[in-house]
Amino acid sequence: MNDPSSLFTSQLSGDAPEVAVTRHMLVRGLIAAPVLVLIASFIWGADGATSSAFGCALVMLNFALAAALISSTARISLGLMMGAVLFGYLIRLGIIFAAVVLVRNMSWISLPALGCTIIVTHLGLLFWELRHVSATLAYPGLKPSSGGEANTSS
Amino acid sequence: MEALAKIVVKAAEVAADPAAAKNNAAAASAGYAYGLAAIGPGIGIGYIVGKAVEAMARQPEAAGMVRTTMFLGIAFTEALALIGFVVFILLKFA
Repeated sequence: MNDPSSLFTSQLSGDAPEVAVTRHMLVRGLIAAPVLVLIASFIWGADGATSSAFGCALVMLNFALAAALISSTARISLGLMMGAVLFGYLIRLGIIFAAVVLVRNMSWISLPALGCTIIVTHLGLLFWELRHVSATLAYPGLKPSSGGEANTSS
Repeated sequence: MEALAKIVVKAAEVAADPAAAKNNAAAASAGYAYGLAAIGPGIGIGYIVGKAVEAMARQPEAAGMVRTTMFLGIAFTEALALIGFVVFILLKFA
């Protein structure tokens, strides 16, 4: 691995951890989306609810696209993965921009609700997943318990 | 001299309709804000992926852990660009 060219020609096979991470986040997103839609409907009304649902879908699509790009290009080469992540960042930002610009004048859209939902969903899902990932990295093989029971066996 | 004339014309426009001038300035600065907000995360993502690729090439057995951390790092860095984008849409369209 000391040859610099190997850095760009080596490829990764096997399971794609980012796909598993994204699958977790999508499941949690589906759980959290109704709550966010409800909160947005209380604050901004019906427009807020539809905008919030649209924002949740946009964020989850963004995560799914990122994971698909990384997992598919990592099987080809690490150099391609690096390029795909960087250009993917631009493309995904462009897709979000295009999606918001296309719907901004629709009658069912509330831009403050959409903006808040995009930020809250993105960061919320990430922190939720980070809690799980940090626990599994710190204590591999242990599933984080929700009840907080202490292991007292000696 | 030409630049001075442009400044005088701009000042006259602002004096004639301050609200329109304020809206135009907000729209123009929203574009700059979005562009500037996307630069930092772009550099950050490049750095994260570069270092992750280096780590995976050195220690292929740790690739799974590195990829997980890299993916979360990319997503967190991208949140900065999304915040800039939301500020942009609120300034420009709301």
